[in-house]
Amino acid sequence: MKAYALRRLLALIPTLLIASVIVFFVIRLIPGSVIDLMLSENDFSNDATSREQLIAALGLDTPLIYQYFKWIFGIIVHADFGRTLWQDTPVIDEIWARLPITFELGVVSMLFALIVSIPIGVYSAIRQETIGDYAGRTFSILALAIPSFWLGTLVVLLPSLWWGWSPPITIVPFTEAPWENIKTYIAPGMILGLSLSAVTMRMTRTMMLEVLRQDYIRTAWAKGLTEKIVVLRHALKNALIPVITIIGLQIPVLIGGTVIMEQIFVIPGMGQLLLESVSTRDYPIITGIFLIVGTGVALINLLIDLCYGFLDPKVRFDK
Amino acid sequence: MVSVSTTNNDDSAVHEKIAPEPQAIQRGGPIGNFFYRLFTEKYMGAFGFIIFIILLFVGIFAQYIAPEGYNTIHPIDRLQAPSANYWLGTDQLGRDVFSRIVHGAQFSIIIAFSVSAISIVISVALGVTSGYFGGRFDMWSQRSVDAWMSFPDLIILIVVISVLGPGMWQVIFVLSLLYGIAGSRIVRGAVVSVKENVYITASQSIGTSTFRILTRHILPNVMAPIIVLFTTRLAAVIIAESGLSFLGLGVPPPEPSWGGMLSLDGRSYMFLAPWLAIVPGPAITIVVYGINMFGDAMRDLLDPRLRGGGGRYSGK
Repeated sequence: MKAYALRRLLALIPTLLIASVIVFFVIRLIPGSVIDLMLSENDFSNDATSREQLIAALGLDTPLIYQYFKWIFGIIVHADFGRTLWQDTPVIDEIWARLPITFELGVVSMLFALIVSIPIGVYSAIRQETIGDYAGRTFSILALAIPSFWLGTLVVLLPSLWWGWSPPITIVPFTEAPWENIKTYIAPGMILGLSLSAVTMRMTRTMMLEVLRQDYIRTAWAKGLTEKIVVLRHALKNALIPVITIIGLQIPVLIGGTVIMEQIFVIPGMGQLLLESVSTRDYPIITGIFLIVGTGVALINLLIDLCYGFLDPKVRFDK
Repeated sequence: MVSVSTTNNDDSAVHEKIAPEPQAIQRGGPIGNFFYRLFTEKYMGAFGFIIFIILLFVGIFAQYIAPEGYNTIHPIDRLQAPSANYWLGTDQLGRDVFSRIVHGAQFSIIIAFSVSAISIVISVALGVTSGYFGGRFDMWSQRSVDAWMSFPDLIILIVVISVLGPGMWQVIFVLSLLYGIAGSRIVRGAVVSVKENVYITASQSIGTSTFRILTRHILPNVMAPIIVLFTTRLAAVIIAESGLSFLGLGVPPPEPSWGGMLSLDGRSYMFLAPWLAIVPGPAITIVVYGINMFGDAMRDLLDPRLRGGGGRYSGK
């Protein structure tokens, strides 16, 4: 188990290195350079000398290869992602300030998705081909079809038209007022959770149906166990294992969704930072976010793979 | 039933030969049979198929169906509420929202079909070679697919579109690449299972060229998942494109993209003219819902192996 985890961790390194090379060089192909943008916005005289001074000050006068190695060694040796081009602040600080916000939004969304999808999925399976099942399946297919950005727009628009209410946009620190803090994330979290819940619900239903047809379930019924015990203790426990895989696969979708939700509900998370940096062409931030997100997703997937060992005694990692 | 079509998979072909059931009688070949079963067994799928056909019809004949062009401006009738004259109201420039939705269907179709077609070609090329040849090539390509898929789609899209600039061709290019690589996994899975069949070994042993085996034996037998993949991609692309356009990174403004209508027109004027924010949503929802239902039914009918436990307790 330990050896497996270590092997998987080591396998991550080349993947992330390749990703870092691609990200670093592709980002620098963005048309229109940051220099032009800065010169036009800061009222510098747009002559050759001030231009060259600016390029030198930003460290953009060295060859790309040199810039790359400086950047990647900074990250590996002391987690230094460089400095932002505009504010000249450390990139890691900028991202660190936004990361918890996006993370909390992601957690709220995922929790909501699971609270909705697993019970509906289980119910749909044990009452197959009934009204409840059809309602559950219709719900999941609708949840998949409704674009979350539209739902988000309606949640901002309709309550304010009807009751003059709008979702809170200032974020209170969790430590000061936990409830106020969570309230900010409820609306976007529910909308994002809804679109995630569709896939999880379908998977839960499918796996439950599969498990419910197994012999040991028939044995459990034959022993005279109650439906509650059979379904929750015997069936659900085994049905959830593949569902966890699906949850892992949804992490990237979840992160993508937070970008849209942050945009609609004006939440200053990483998604907003990314969109701002793209428009101001602040390369170090874009590459930093990309690498951190990629590493995060890879680590979460690794954790999920390792989870199997705890959940399913049949899984052995060592060959 | 000797005239069983060759596109059926082996099991059902054998089954039909031994015990022809009344429903299993071929009606007008495999395609006719598919639609017969779609409309007699899969009502939701048939419903989805009708929505899909309506979308295609509206998209292809947008110029004739829409009362006006998508960029016809009536400066006097700005932000008009829905009325007999403007069925779904007008936007801030005085353009008819209904006409823009109809033309938007055309844009959605062009992008959805181009992306699905290109991405399927990429998926098949990657999946078939990786699955058939196996070995080191398979391992490397699968690890690369892993690496690629650990980055969220939307983040890749935002970054690449910001490099290439927004526009229809850029969106088609990036989405094709994204879905092509992700879909190769499914094609590979199908190829790996088909490869184990004895007829492949037989073919190899009589010295058939690899290219011929791939195109004549492997490809026809993985057609079912490929067709299903294509259909479900259409819906995914429509959602993804509208999401991108919503963020202002898709098809640029004058073009009537459903997502874009929610982004610029919809959001800045939504308190004055709520219909701008409301109307494009159902358009996307209905279309995606229809295609998904059709795709699900198609998967059940064409490719029983991919079906998740749709059966009953009795294990039918």
